Amino acid sequence: MRILWILFFLASWYSGAAQAALDPAVLRQLADDDSDVKIAAIQQIAQSADPLAERVLKALADDGLAVVDTKILILEDEQAVDAATGAAVVPAPENPDTIVVNNRVRSALNAALAALNLFNPDRATRFSATRALAQSADASIAPLLTRALQQEKDPEIKEQLTEVLAFANLQNADAAVRLAAVKTLGASSRPNVRNALEAQLSTESVEAVRIAIQASLRAIDGRIALGEQVGRIFSGISLGSVLLLAALGLAITYGVMGVINMAHGELLMIGAYATYAVQSAFRHYFPAALDWYVLAAIPVAFFSAALVGILMERTVIRWLYGRTLETLLATWGLSLILIQSARVIFGAQNVEVSNPSWMSGGVSVVSNLVLPWNRIIIIGFALFVLLLVWVLLNRTRLGMFVRAVTQNRPMASCVGVPTGRIDSLAFGLGAGIAGLGGVALSQISNVGPDMGQGYIVDSFMVVVLGGVGQLAGSVWAALGLGVVTKFLEGWAGAVIAKIAVLIFIIIFIQKRPQGLFALKGRFVEN
Amino acid sequence: MAQRIPFTLRFLQATSKSGWIALGVFALITLVLLPLAHLALPAGHPLHVSDYVITLGGKILCYAIVAVAMDMIWGFAGILSLGHGVFFALGGYAFGMYLMRSIGLDGVYHSNLPDFMVFLDWKALPWYWQGTQYFLWAVVLVLLVPALLAFVFGYFAFRSRIKGVYFSIITQAMTYAAMLYFFRNETGFGGNNGFTDFKRILGYSISAPGTRVTLFALSALMLMFTLVLGRYLIGSKFGRVLTAIRDAESRVMFIGYNPLWYKLFVWTLSAVLCAVAGALYVPQVGIINPSEMSPANSIEIAIWVAVGGRGTLIGPVIGAFLVNLSKSWFTMAFPEYWLFFLGLIFVLVTLFLPQGVVGIWRRMRGQAKS
Repeated sequence: MRILWILFFLASWYSGAAQAALDPAVLRQLADDDSDVKIAAIQQIAQSADPLAERVLKALADDGLAVVDTKILILEDEQAVDAATGAAVVPAPENPDTIVVNNRVRSALNAALAALNLFNPDRATRFSATRALAQSADASIAPLLTRALQQEKDPEIKEQLTEVLAFANLQNADAAVRLAAVKTLGASSRPNVRNALEAQLSTESVEAVRIAIQASLRAIDGRIALGEQVGRIFSGISLGSVLLLAALGLAITYGVMGVINMAHGELLMIGAYATYAVQSAFRHYFPAALDWYVLAAIPVAFFSAALVGILMERTVIRWLYGRTLETLLATWGLSLILIQSARVIFGAQNVEVSNPSWMSGGVSVVSNLVLPWNRIIIIGFALFVLLLVWVLLNRTRLGMFVRAVTQNRPMASCVGVPTGRIDSLAFGLGAGIAGLGGVALSQISNVGPDMGQGYIVDSFMVVVLGGVGQLAGSVWAALGLGVVTKFLEGWAGAVIAKIAVLIFIIIFIQKRPQGLFALKGRFVEN
Repeated sequence: MAQRIPFTLRFLQATSKSGWIALGVFALITLVLLPLAHLALPAGHPLHVSDYVITLGGKILCYAIVAVAMDMIWGFAGILSLGHGVFFALGGYAFGMYLMRSIGLDGVYHSNLPDFMVFLDWKALPWYWQGTQYFLWAVVLVLLVPALLAFVFGYFAFRSRIKGVYFSIITQAMTYAAMLYFFRNETGFGGNNGFTDFKRILGYSISAPGTRVTLFALSALMLMFTLVLGRYLIGSKFGRVLTAIRDAESRVMFIGYNPLWYKLFVWTLSAVLCAVAGALYVPQVGIINPSEMSPANSIEIAIWVAVGGRGTLIGPVIGAFLVNLSKSWFTMAFPEYWLFFLGLIFVLVTLFLPQGVVGIWRRMRGQAKS
């Protein structure tokens, strides 16, 4: 009975002392030569959750903890503090011996520091501490995690902490604890949890736990697979939006006007180089606003590509209306000239166009699925350009004239539509849209003289597959091609997927030469 | 009923007298004078023809065959193919397989397998390489593989009455897909690098002057054969129907012809001629790789035809020589400006010379007569 009293007294004294200050005996263990003793002391200090504990451990991590006589001192900017009490020591000792920390101790120290953050009053700090521990938690900090979980009020952090605790308990000596941990982890979808479970499966001896691990693994695999599917659909849509941006200009020049423009890819290239030029100008003149150069590049790219397009139309294409095969060859020649001009002006190497900061990074949807911002923004941009084209063609006077000229040129001319000027403007509009596509491409792929060549076949495929003469077909064709390509890539690799898609289109066009969406009405074949 | 003229006679009559004289002169130069000037005269002699000229000439002769083959379909049937490079390259690859196999144990790795397979750690030849050590089988492959591809592709395309720009674009997609396919290492044709480092052909060293001259002469012979064949085809009833299809396909159908077989025949023939040209090209140039299938190469063939004058058979030969000689000269003298020049040719020829060089000549002769 008396012994019990003494124990009780000692315990209460100990805990009371821990709240006021740290136990000097434990602190002295930090200076011990044996790493195991050091690590034990670090964990004990961390568990005390004392305000001083963090200072001590931080000092240890920064080589700022010294032993003087029997006291442990924290050295902070010229002054020394007693680690046990927090009282300043005056005068500060000269050239004190700091405690050396090896790598093993350091990783335990980092874990302990992260764990201490679990008790921080700031929610964001606790949240990121939980995140950090999710990668490194092990059995040693399990008691600490349990205590943190008891104190935690925030439901989101609580949920994550439960998972981290289960992760830490995975190698617990008690089979029942392991079983509970495995069951909890089945709700996770992090790849490293999966690896840990798999590792545990190979060493696990208790049958019930083994079965639970297998069930949890299946659950995790299912969720990871789901994440991959969603990711694939997203990258398919993203590729589709890129294809759409590349093809929209062509949908006007080829689809609506019937001019086959093999230099279309080079108009994309002009848009991309315009973006590069605007970026360089911003770097030079307005470095403060560099983040917003892309917005300034949009009109510049549109008008420079449109200008080149109008020049092409005025000088060459105009003379070849109605002779499509000749137009094809002449515009191919123009494309060679444009490529070589880009080489002469900007050099043969790719130029560097960087994402502004608001376009880098991504949104994490599931833990194994991050949707990059630049892709999301490009999808939005494609929608914007699509809307722009639709409005221009269907809601403006220019658009009405363009439609009139393409439907019945002589009649349009009779009622006073300046057909020649409309041809130039419509071609310029298509070229300008290609320039906008170039701005988007510059953000996700290399910008070089040859970049357009890779898109010309794809763009034509989109327009032809969608059906010549209207925009909706191109939209569906681009999205469909994007998603199908990405799914095939998952099966068979990028090159085979590309070939399969091309072969599919070749076969499809032979079955339905008018494309997915044929224009209603009857046409005389000429 | 008029007496039926024997086929051989009709074949010979298809080419005019002046045509045969021109061919005779061409044969004398390419089969006798140039080989003699290369082999018999010493290197210092002013009339000596160098290695470079023979190789370049042989190369351009092969291109000229391709150009004539292209003219048959573009000039006479109105079908512009932007994928003829694929047939040329397939012929080259088929014959290249034989050349690779005849390297034998002399490769870098001294293995029976081609070097690139050793490099990829393959243990045995893939099935499609079986039998390629035999010259005759390689020749069969050169003729059959492109023919089969052209037949199947053409059958489906012409049956659905795809023509004009549509057809051009899907042929371009075809050659693009083929190029991507051949770029893969797993395809078994050497990936990026293709086939190179050939040592011998039918037991003769591939770099010996005698072999080079023989290949050169064979290319010239093949070109002459192609021209005569083309002249015969165009002059025949078949050729007339073909031209009619080019000018008014619907009317030809209404009269009761099925354009499918006419187009398909000339399309497949053209592909096979390209393949033969490719097979002659590879041993002379010493390398074949997938870039031969790039869309840009195929479209360049069209400009040779356009420069010379399409629908003339002789024009494409002239065009192939003009464009390729200037390419050789430009890439040596002003490599920067070659693409500008080529692009300008494309633009100017289509704008101002729809009949090509032959057209200028004809116009000048017409003016002289009147």
